[in-house]
Amino acid sequence: MSSSSLSVQGLAKRYGDFVALAPTDLVVADGEFLTLLGPSGSGKTTLLSLLAGLVPPDEGSVRIGSQDVTYAPPYERDIGVVFQNYALFPHMTIEENIAFPLKMRKVSAADAKRRAREALEMVHLPHIAGRYPRELSGGQQQRVALARCMVYKPSIILMDEPLGALDKKLREHMQLEIKRLHREMGTTIVYVTHDQEEAMTMSDRICLMNAGRIEQLGTPADLYFRPRTLFVADFLGESNILPADLRTRVGDEVEVGVGSSGVSGRALANGHDLPPGSSVRVMVRPQNLAVARHGASAMGVPAVGVQGRVSEVMVTGSLTKVYMEPLDRNLPPLVAAFPTRNEADAVRIDDVLTLSWSGRDAVVIADTAAPAAGTA
Amino acid sequence: MNGQSLTMTDTAGAKRHSPPPAWRKPVLMGAPLVLLLVAFLVFPVGQLLALSVYNGQGFTLAPYAQLFASSLYATVLWITLKISLATTLVAVVAAYPIAYLISVAKGPAKSRLIFWVLLSFWTSFLVRAFAWVVILGRNGVINSTLMSLGIIDRPLDLLYGFGAVLVGMVHAMLPLAVMTMLAVMENIDRTLPRAASTLGARPGTAFWTVYFPLSLPGVAASAIMVFVSAIGFFIVPALLGGRKETMITQLIIDQVQQTLNWGLAGAISVLLLTVVLIVFVLYDRVFGFASLTGESAVVRNRDTAMRRLGGRVLAALGSASDALIGIVPRRHPIAGRAERPLALTAFVWFLLVLISLPAFLMIPLSFGKGGLAWPPSGFTLQWYEQLLQSPIWMQALWRSIVVAFGTGLLAMAIGVPAAFLMVRGQMRGKGAMLAFILSPIVVPRMIIAVGMFYVFAQMGLVGTILGLVIGHTVVAVPYVVMTMMAVLRNYDTRLDMAAQSLGARPLAALRHVTFPILGAGMLSSFLFAFATSFDELTISLFSSGGLSATLPKQFWDEVTLQVSPVIAAVSTGLLLFVAALIWVADRMRRRSLAS
Repeated sequence: MSSSSLSVQGLAKRYGDFVALAPTDLVVADGEFLTLLGPSGSGKTTLLSLLAGLVPPDEGSVRIGSQDVTYAPPYERDIGVVFQNYALFPHMTIEENIAFPLKMRKVSAADAKRRAREALEMVHLPHIAGRYPRELSGGQQQRVALARCMVYKPSIILMDEPLGALDKKLREHMQLEIKRLHREMGTTIVYVTHDQEEAMTMSDRICLMNAGRIEQLGTPADLYFRPRTLFVADFLGESNILPADLRTRVGDEVEVGVGSSGVSGRALANGHDLPPGSSVRVMVRPQNLAVARHGASAMGVPAVGVQGRVSEVMVTGSLTKVYMEPLDRNLPPLVAAFPTRNEADAVRIDDVLTLSWSGRDAVVIADTAAPAAGTA
Repeated sequence: MNGQSLTMTDTAGAKRHSPPPAWRKPVLMGAPLVLLLVAFLVFPVGQLLALSVYNGQGFTLAPYAQLFASSLYATVLWITLKISLATTLVAVVAAYPIAYLISVAKGPAKSRLIFWVLLSFWTSFLVRAFAWVVILGRNGVINSTLMSLGIIDRPLDLLYGFGAVLVGMVHAMLPLAVMTMLAVMENIDRTLPRAASTLGARPGTAFWTVYFPLSLPGVAASAIMVFVSAIGFFIVPALLGGRKETMITQLIIDQVQQTLNWGLAGAISVLLLTVVLIVFVLYDRVFGFASLTGESAVVRNRDTAMRRLGGRVLAALGSASDALIGIVPRRHPIAGRAERPLALTAFVWFLLVLISLPAFLMIPLSFGKGGLAWPPSGFTLQWYEQLLQSPIWMQALWRSIVVAFGTGLLAMAIGVPAAFLMVRGQMRGKGAMLAFILSPIVVPRMIIAVGMFYVFAQMGLVGTILGLVIGHTVVAVPYVVMTMMAVLRNYDTRLDMAAQSLGARPLAALRHVTFPILGAGMLSSFLFAFATSFDELTISLFSSGGLSATLPKQFWDEVTLQVSPVIAAVSTGLLLFVAALIWVADRMRRRSLAS
């Protein structure tokens, strides 16, 4: 995991006036599973295409292993690409498809055949070697595309939304399958998706992209619990984002006053070193909000908190979600989630609730994207 | 520091040595086609038009004075327009149900329908026109049948009249009308009429208010293709029309071949071209040229009085057909709602038999002893023997095959890169470029042929294989570009990227992936060009010279000078050849789909 298998420096791509990728640095460790996550148009597919050599960059460099491959064509890079629509060759059998990269590498026909069979066994499809792509289901085509990519053991595999066309159940199954293959092969994988759940389940690290830039790079937990920007907090999972004033610092936490009424609460400073009086945002995940009926005290946590009127209650199964309009008009609508309980103490619409949270479960986000040093 | 400056020099160096300028590739891909069309379409046609105002010494309007002096030309123009419009109307109306049925049919049923349309499409115009001479003649199929049934005593004069010309023209143009319409109909979302019926529209209303308006661009495209082809056509009126139904193209032939009056030929061409241009400008105003290639089948949305009126007419038609459908009791409540009503299928097959039958009549005649009179009597192979022993026919056949192969290869070499450019290239003026590429279809063939003859005569290309190949390539290349564009639009370029990412160098990717997948499409483009050349008569009529005839030219000479049963043998041969060609092409297509 120590040596880097892929490193990118100042890589950028423009199409006319449109900045598809602003100068970007990125290092991927050997054997790592890195996900490029972001909304459409965020630059993740552009970055992947630049890594694959499918489009030339305007500036910057790409290194694979110890080799500079910035301007190398795809066939001279030691990579494999799994395309969104699989791009299986329709005029070749499954076995011919899988043997194709070996044939291009001048592997003898007998050897290629043997290795293609082995690859098919790895993806649990040994019986379909003689069929054509269009005779397979979506999930089977997906696995063949993986096998075709893994058969020649490239040092990096790039995957462009490989599960986008599959239904939910199959997608979850294939996520496990890809994780298993990743573990068994030890290949470095760079994976593109716009599905944040998929990114959370599969990745060692997530590279969240927005508007052609890396918004935050870190482990799934980093991005989920310690987002650096509003975009990250908003993009990954549901969140409550409350405007607040910073009061004092207490260890690695800070005390803040929330909303116009200044209800006090705590949150992790998350490395921000801001002077008291700064206006910030505090993010709390719905499942970390403690809910108490107005006036009652909630499970040992001080029963001071933001008050809200229930506008909608949704039982999603194991979780009940409660949507609220805060009584403080300067706060945005809030959502809390807790394990679904018996009806007896169920929350009803128009109930007024008090919401509180532990300082370990909330995090400070600088109010705007941290102002650049040069602007002052 | 040193390292960094080195890197920067490297980058700068890489940029300087980076691939040739971006404009070079598109120019190399598009230039051959543009040069060909400029040299052998724009220049010859320009020359011909110039001849109408330049008599060798200076400016003159004498040809136009001659043109308007007698009422002959106005009359002929009127007849030409009348025949062309009537042909367009009948052909488009008859083509609609055929194209509709093909577009909703699936699997083998669809292949069968397409085969019969293609068979008529590719069967030589000459064979089909000549078949009508046999059918409508004094001793022809209809007269003999009616007389033997005792319905008439004396043969009717069916040939040489407006009716005969119209029948022949419609027959000639119907397959073209179907194919053009089909391109648009295939792109209509099949769920829309169904959506309309879930919203409460009954079948008739769903068809007239949803499907029909969406298919209108196809109808318009087909109408203009038929009209332009009809107005420049001379085979049918020459064979079936007699003296009264002379069309304007025949006047041009007379001026060039008999009186050598190039100025007047030029003036008539200007007249013809003006009419065609007016029609096209009107078409572009209403539908836009894009609908011709089937690319964007969207009628411009303007809330004009015409549109509102059209909407009301269609709604009325819808209610009327619903009422009509309501009268017929529904025997099978579920089967009755199938997308292909039985009556429509029967009617379409009746039409298809009707358009295929004439050519097939040639087969019994070619084995008969009694010449071209109906019914054929006895059995003989003497017409085939005569054909095989005739050096003139055999040389013509050989020349046609050589020219058609040459045309196919040249048109592919020039057209395929242009098609790649039109589909994948990023450039301005694509629409104008496409219009230019398609112009050989739009300019009446007769004008191209006469202009080309004039230029070829100066270059010494008349009567040469090269001249014919060039001439045929000019008219075949638009079809190659259109076919290849359709093929390329369906080709997923990610397959090339996948091949490269798997280690294939560009040439290997082309050899193992791109060409094998495009193979069937390329073959059908080639066959399109081959068949266009093989059946081309107009250009060959002038440019093949007196002694070096192609097969259609030889056929034409034979038909116009002396009618012999050998013609029936040639026709049979051509028919079988075309059927075999379509069958092979279809097999190739299916094999490429299967693999």
